[in-house]
Amino acid sequence: MRTIHELTAAFAKGEASPVGVAEDYLARIGALDDRLGAYLTVTRDDALAAARAAEARYRAKAPLGPLDGAPVALKDVFCTRGVRTTCGSRILERYVPPYDATLVERLKAAGAVILGKTNMDEFAMGSSTEHSAFQLTRNPWDLARVPGGSSGGSAAAVAGGLAAGAFGTDTGGSVRQPAAFCGVVGLKPTYGRISRYGLVAFASSLDHVAPFALDITDTALLLAATAGHDPLDATSVDAPVPDYVAALASGVKGLRVGVPDEYFGAGLDPEIDRAVRAAIDVLRDLGAAIERVSLPTTEYGVATYYVVAPAEASSNLARYDGVKYGLRVPGGKDLIDMVSRTRAAGFGPEVKRRVMLGTYALSAGYYDAYYGQAQKVRTLVRRDFEKAFARVDVLAAPTTPSVAFKHGEKSDPLAMYMNDVYTIPASMTGLPAISVPCGFNGSGLPIGLQLIGRPLDEATLLRVAHAYEQATPWRQRRPELS
Amino acid sequence: MSAVATEYETVIGLEVHAQLATRSKMFCGCPTTFGAPPNSQTCPICQGMPGVLPVVNRRAVELAVRAALAFGLRVNPACRFARKHYYYPDMPKNFQISQYEEPLAEDGSLELEVDGAPRRIGIQRLHLEEDVGKLVHEGDFATALSSLVDYNRAGVPLMETVSRPDLRTPEEAAAYLKAFRAVLLALGVCDGNMEEGALRCDANISLRPRGSTELGTKVEIKNLNSFRNVQRALSKEYAHDYRYFPEPDLVPLQMDAAWVESTRAALPELPRARRQRFVSQYGLPAYDAGILTQSTALADYYEAAVRAHPANPKALANWITSELLREVDAADDTAIARSGISPARLAGLVLLIDDGTISGKIAKDVFARMLASGEDPAAIVKREGLTQVADAGALEALVDAAIAANAKAVADFKSGKTAASRAVVGQVMKASGGKANPAMVDRLVQEKLSRM
Repeated sequence: MRTIHELTAAFAKGEASPVGVAEDYLARIGALDDRLGAYLTVTRDDALAAARAAEARYRAKAPLGPLDGAPVALKDVFCTRGVRTTCGSRILERYVPPYDATLVERLKAAGAVILGKTNMDEFAMGSSTEHSAFQLTRNPWDLARVPGGSSGGSAAAVAGGLAAGAFGTDTGGSVRQPAAFCGVVGLKPTYGRISRYGLVAFASSLDHVAPFALDITDTALLLAATAGHDPLDATSVDAPVPDYVAALASGVKGLRVGVPDEYFGAGLDPEIDRAVRAAIDVLRDLGAAIERVSLPTTEYGVATYYVVAPAEASSNLARYDGVKYGLRVPGGKDLIDMVSRTRAAGFGPEVKRRVMLGTYALSAGYYDAYYGQAQKVRTLVRRDFEKAFARVDVLAAPTTPSVAFKHGEKSDPLAMYMNDVYTIPASMTGLPAISVPCGFNGSGLPIGLQLIGRPLDEATLLRVAHAYEQATPWRQRRPELS
Repeated sequence: MSAVATEYETVIGLEVHAQLATRSKMFCGCPTTFGAPPNSQTCPICQGMPGVLPVVNRRAVELAVRAALAFGLRVNPACRFARKHYYYPDMPKNFQISQYEEPLAEDGSLELEVDGAPRRIGIQRLHLEEDVGKLVHEGDFATALSSLVDYNRAGVPLMETVSRPDLRTPEEAAAYLKAFRAVLLALGVCDGNMEEGALRCDANISLRPRGSTELGTKVEIKNLNSFRNVQRALSKEYAHDYRYFPEPDLVPLQMDAAWVESTRAALPELPRARRQRFVSQYGLPAYDAGILTQSTALADYYEAAVRAHPANPKALANWITSELLREVDAADDTAIARSGISPARLAGLVLLIDDGTISGKIAKDVFARMLASGEDPAAIVKREGLTQVADAGALEALVDAAIAANAKAVADFKSGKTAASRAVVGQVMKASGGKANPAMVDRLVQEKLSRM
């Protein structure tokens, strides 16, 4: 299983061809994806056309850059012109967008070969990809287990060797958690760092575009190619994009790493506790100063998130009414009836649950107590982090309290929600956070180390993650799929 | 019944939606041209496609700030957009991006005159929002088998202003709307075309016992989209729960104080100030000044004419108000330009009267020809031989003939009925085909009759 930087280096040397590599990936998808269920749509023809174009550029010694010819997968939440974009929902089952998301435009401009669209929890609501309206996705390390979610298809594709890299979205942990479950890298950049234009919204103030990769160098390359201001996204940050790859090798000597007490409490799987503490020891051995910090508002994260995210979702999903695009259930006696029937048939139970929660939270008389209060708590959580970052450069913690669970194991919504307890705070504050593989439990299931950084300081996160990755053997181990 | 009528008073507040005169929509780059084929001016953003995001049109903000300053509103240092939710297919996202708790500007007023008395009507707030689309029903709404949606208008920038409930009569409400419209036109903020929906008005009306300061139950009348054609669709306002919350896809708008001040400094002269200046600078009656400042185009026209003939601003005002405005609609900003009579030509006509070349009566004929052909008045007078006869010898002959033919008038004059001279003067004017100089004829007739 080769990384993007290994592949494109081989393309440049003529040791591999973009078309050959694309064909290999497509063949592997054909052979394995019936079992893995990572892809909802495979864009074979488009992928081969893009690979041929990349190949011509390499032959002309004029590749577009370090992603030229790289085979990648996209969560089915990003609009792709002419390619259906379902969001894992019946209501958009046949929806074909007339435009490309900014992310997609930038990837195409960088020469990436898009293999297809990956499975996800419906409208990105979930932590297991079991809420997809279409299929289960299996964890490449253990097919009886979930890949995590909501970007489970993208994580499984990269971990299973069905894509060299991928993009997902992280709203409460939807990239970091599946990255941890599948033993790959997942980086949620700072809110606004990558444009959200063309990302089908779940919770606008929490949605982040986020890459998956096999290693930190690839993560840096994927971020560099897609970050930066977009005039089509008013919340996108207008700040220069640093050379993330160049900054990787600086090491961690002299950096201060904070370890938040609240991320090591009750509910944390002891094997994960041990693995993450061991990872922190590695950072210490590499020259970082380790310091205990406290983020006292951590315990309010999940409750706050489950007010804000459903509230915004109830608004964002109002447009799916059967009038303009997507599913329409006919036979209604009037317009309201048509809209009701369409939404009743088009949305799955988790989406309905959250739309109802959110509608309630925004209702007159409840707004101040719920949405208003939740926004105040967000401010407090942000202050917690500001205080911590006055003392340390990055925070190190577990990504998840448990390893990948079995399909159907978490049928209680609240148990599922609690799986996001360590990822939600960085989502709510928009801080950059990364999940890096940091070992395996006794059953051979991957464990993720989470690093959280200062706003727009992805460079430091990547630098720490890279130092850790280079000092440990975890990235050598890959799941056996045949 | 009359006892009841005297005990209650009407309380009216107006919400005016003005379409801002921008080239593109509020949150996307689509054009705002009126009357294009259905859905030809739409894109994924204004169609509310999955994944799209709004971006604020800076020009719309500038125009709204200009209006806010003209009405003396306080421009808030920061304002914010909010989502207003309700399900209706003319709204692509099933929410409208508007402003709620943090509007662009608050607390101002509009000064107007009703029956010559000045009135100050409070304006509570001014905010920006996007327009919705248009539904076309197949047949009657209630029985239509299908409806079509045209999103050309969806996302067009609107500025909503909410007046305080300071209006008491329908006449005041109409005066408010007219004065409001005139200000927007003067600012170039809105084209004011009510037929095309560029200016729409909802009225909140309630009754209360005279002397009470509390407001009664409110009735809202929607879409008073012309001054005359007031829709009869009275409906009780239901307590909608719009589930407002701050639009997370847009960051709060920060208003740079220096920019606001420079916008204030660059405001053009507003209709009310211009009216007052017309009175003081040109010596016009307030009534005439009011008519001439109804629209910027008309006021500009008048001042251009005055520049061409500065000696007689009053006569120019009279010609415009009594003759020109009989032909063109004062409220239609573009009509005056289409009249075919340029300000310089109108000034030329008045100059021909003032220098004695033609009489006022002849001038009206010349004006009619100018309207028809757009020709220069001097050229018309020359070609048609309309120059006034001021040659004393020629006039004397006409006067003598008229006296000889009017023995009765002469007798009446002699018996002391001096007004009888008018019959003789009329006779002379008629005989000259209107070209005789009336003042000279009058003098000659008086002289000759007195000597008889």
